[in-house]
Amino acid sequence: MKYLTLSTLILCLSSPALADEFSEEDTDRWMEQFELVASEGRRLWTSPEIGTNGVVCAQCHPNAANTHPETYPKFQKQLGRVAQLWEMINWCIRNPLEGKDLAADDPRMIAMQAYAYKERRGVELQPGKH
Amino acid sequence: MKNIIVNNRRDFLRTTMSGVIAGMLPVSLVRLSYGKEGGPDFTFAYISDSHIQQIKGNQFVRNWDRGLIRAVAEANLLEPKPDFVVFGGDLAQLGSKPELDHGAEMLSKLNYKTYMVMGEHDYYLDLGEYWSKLYGKHYYSWDHKGVHFVTLNSILTYDDWTFNRWESDERRMNEMAGLDNPNGSPFMVGAKQMEWLKKDLARVSKSTPIVVFSHSPLQKIYKGWNFWTEEADEIQALLKPFDKVNVIYGHVHQIQYNQIGNIAFTSVMSTAWPWPYPESYAQAESHLPILTVPMNRADPFNERDATGWQFMNMHTGRVDLEFNLYNNSNRTIAFNEAKGHPEDTSFPDPANRILAQQHF
Repeated sequence: MKYLTLSTLILCLSSPALADEFSEEDTDRWMEQFELVASEGRRLWTSPEIGTNGVVCAQCHPNAANTHPETYPKFQKQLGRVAQLWEMINWCIRNPLEGKDLAADDPRMIAMQAYAYKERRGVELQPGKH
Repeated sequence: MKNIIVNNRRDFLRTTMSGVIAGMLPVSLVRLSYGKEGGPDFTFAYISDSHIQQIKGNQFVRNWDRGLIRAVAEANLLEPKPDFVVFGGDLAQLGSKPELDHGAEMLSKLNYKTYMVMGEHDYYLDLGEYWSKLYGKHYYSWDHKGVHFVTLNSILTYDDWTFNRWESDERRMNEMAGLDNPNGSPFMVGAKQMEWLKKDLARVSKSTPIVVFSHSPLQKIYKGWNFWTEEADEIQALLKPFDKVNVIYGHVHQIQYNQIGNIAFTSVMSTAWPWPYPESYAQAESHLPILTVPMNRADPFNERDATGWQFMNMHTGRVDLEFNLYNNSNRTIAFNEAKGHPEDTSFPDPANRILAQQHF
């Protein structure tokens, strides 16, 4: 039994499937992936394809300003509950943009959130703030 | 749904009118009576930034339409009657004939003489050609009851950007229409108009009150969103010799006011949608005038919140502004003679400000 445990341990240590010893090359690649998604988010933020009436997000939210991603989740009195940023993006898609909701995990929704967060980088997290 | 609303525009106006008469009109408006007896005081209304946006054919974005329809209906109910109305630019969203025509039709319901200011959204499709057919000159001046009024076209830009950069007029319009578009270009009045302004002002006595209307601020607040005019300093220098100068500008879709020397600056609201204050963009530095008590942060669930129009009282060479905010308490920015600058009459003391006026 003892030998077995030891040999298993040795096996694990020598295994090529190492835990996440990522390199700078990896972080560069991951950042690049993020930037690709955020720039797609910027494209959608200024594109009429999200709605049906030609209105775009950037018309009211230049540089995604006044979206306050750092304050979510927070209580929205108009909804009567704590909501997430993507729910508010859908509110804007349904109303000023006269479009249809996107699923929370729709790549377009993820991209638009990536863009909004990117424009807000460096700002302290303040969940719940109004 | 959209079609029904568009087709019923006239009914909507009727409903709005009767609704307004029944008590929607802020009481402060009907009670306003500024005129001093025997004096040269008078009033005018200011409507701006309607951004009428065509979807296709006879369909237009309902939300923006309603903002302008309401401003026109309410302005027509003003008592005392204003001497005239100014429209502060950006009547259209993408400068097309259908948008300008649709906007002009709504403005034609005004019962008063209307002076027009050019906005970038009216201009960059055909460089103001169709707008000129409707409204005439892009910049001009006139005198009214002892006040010299000047309307500038402050949304021109560098010739290279306007004439050499874009493969089509539509592309040029789209590039300039995005407020935060890094492909945009700074606003300016240009050398020719500066020369005209110099000559125009040379004929006016220094004690004559001056009111300048421009679309962009003739002061430098934030270049990234063109809350900015390239020759702001030169224009201010031309206005400096006059005792009393007032600059009224649109474009910013928010309340701003400032005093630089003898020049009082006040912005006007949009009838279409509000814009964030530049300070709420975390990645850039901006310079909102410190005098300004900001408008309330807009309620995103209320489509008319943080939009509105203005009623102005011209007295002793200065302009007091009443902001008629559709879904917020009205605000009055009056010129405080003792302090020598415009001041919010409800929130002059920072300690009195409300939470909703904090932007971040």
